[in-house]
Amino acid sequence: MSAFFQILRRDLRLSLSAGGLGLPVAFFLLVATLYPFAVGPDGALLARTGGGVLWVAALLAALLPIDRLIAPDAEHGVLDQYAVRGVGEELVAAAKITAHWLSFGPPLMLAAIPAAALLRLEGSTLAAVELGLLAGTPGLAALGVMVASLTAGLRRSGALAGLLMLPLAVPLIIFGAGSIGDFSGGALRFLAASSLFLVAVAPFAAGAGIRALRD
Amino acid sequence: MTGKGQHAQSPISGLMLRNIACVRGGRMLFTGVSFTLGSGDALILAGPNGVGKSSLLRLMAGLLPVYAGEISRKGTLALADEHMALDARLPLAKALSYWAKLDGSDAQGVYAALASFGLSHLADVPVRMLSTGQRRRATLARILLSKADIWLLDEPGNGLDTAALAQLNHAMAQHRAAGGIVIAASHQPLDLPGAAALTLEAAE
Repeated sequence: MSAFFQILRRDLRLSLSAGGLGLPVAFFLLVATLYPFAVGPDGALLARTGGGVLWVAALLAALLPIDRLIAPDAEHGVLDQYAVRGVGEELVAAAKITAHWLSFGPPLMLAAIPAAALLRLEGSTLAAVELGLLAGTPGLAALGVMVASLTAGLRRSGALAGLLMLPLAVPLIIFGAGSIGDFSGGALRFLAASSLFLVAVAPFAAGAGIRALRD
Repeated sequence: MTGKGQHAQSPISGLMLRNIACVRGGRMLFTGVSFTLGSGDALILAGPNGVGKSSLLRLMAGLLPVYAGEISRKGTLALADEHMALDARLPLAKALSYWAKLDGSDAQGVYAALASFGLSHLADVPVRMLSTGQRRRATLARILLSKADIWLLDEPGNGLDTAALAQLNHAMAQHRAAGGIVIAASHQPLDLPGAAALTLEAAE
């Protein structure tokens, strides 16, 4: 278990030093700023569609650091050194998922507050967005590490990673955006279930991806 | 995560390969590699470039699948290949201490390992500023820190000056005296008294 926290700390430090918390937050806020320019300053329209826009922005923010989640470690022999020490690939992947989530999930939840103001969202909508982000961002992090491990061996993997990850994130987007106007709580539960499914599957898929990188 | 001191190998370590064959990219590299090593033994791998010395080391490290044959091993492993696996932005001592913590060594162990390879004055220098020879020595310091029983070294003498070569030979001798095993693929003569030699030949 201590290997898990060692890897978690290192990956978190690396992602904070490379762009850090600022990058996903700035990106997220930039989308929230640009969207009113694109559709016009109609307050009612913004309030109705803003929550969905935040979800798309969150998805893209999770995608930003994807090329430095696995590939540099594979290239510099760090993953080999874990394997030589008998640290399981699944454990490495789980630690990386946790570190990735910590580096963008909570910062986005904070950034959603000013973003909600920019999009004229109401308090109840903001609360729904925050709850949805809490449930959904772990799934986005899991998806990110999984796709990163599958594309790490390829040159210019960034664009391909986006192509692979975005379709897989469709359930999170649907239920995430759907949970905003839905007061029954059903969409939120589906969102949490899809997110949980990804978190449960991703360490194994990413672990297999890491093993396949070695050959 | 075992051991307490600098050299705390378990008293018995061993490695046995029987009729190992290795296939890379659909090509048979070598077949029929067999040897047995016990505590304190050393093996020098020789053979022309591309014959599969590095592949054999990676295979022993469990990083490549065994195509045929069997490996049995007792003891922990440390691998030094061309990758330093140290964070380039961190000071050398900090970067080494990441692996030291994973292996259960402490900060004192890090400074002792740095001193063994004449790197003490570089402890606070970022890894990316190191020269080729210093990188090599840092990799070897990482091996020393690992407290592993079996050292797998890929061209450990490359880029080392005479002083560093002497430090390497000393470290390997100490490791063997403490019951460890050294396996080195090297074109340079290494001072490994009584070491077995294995010359790999390409499979037909």
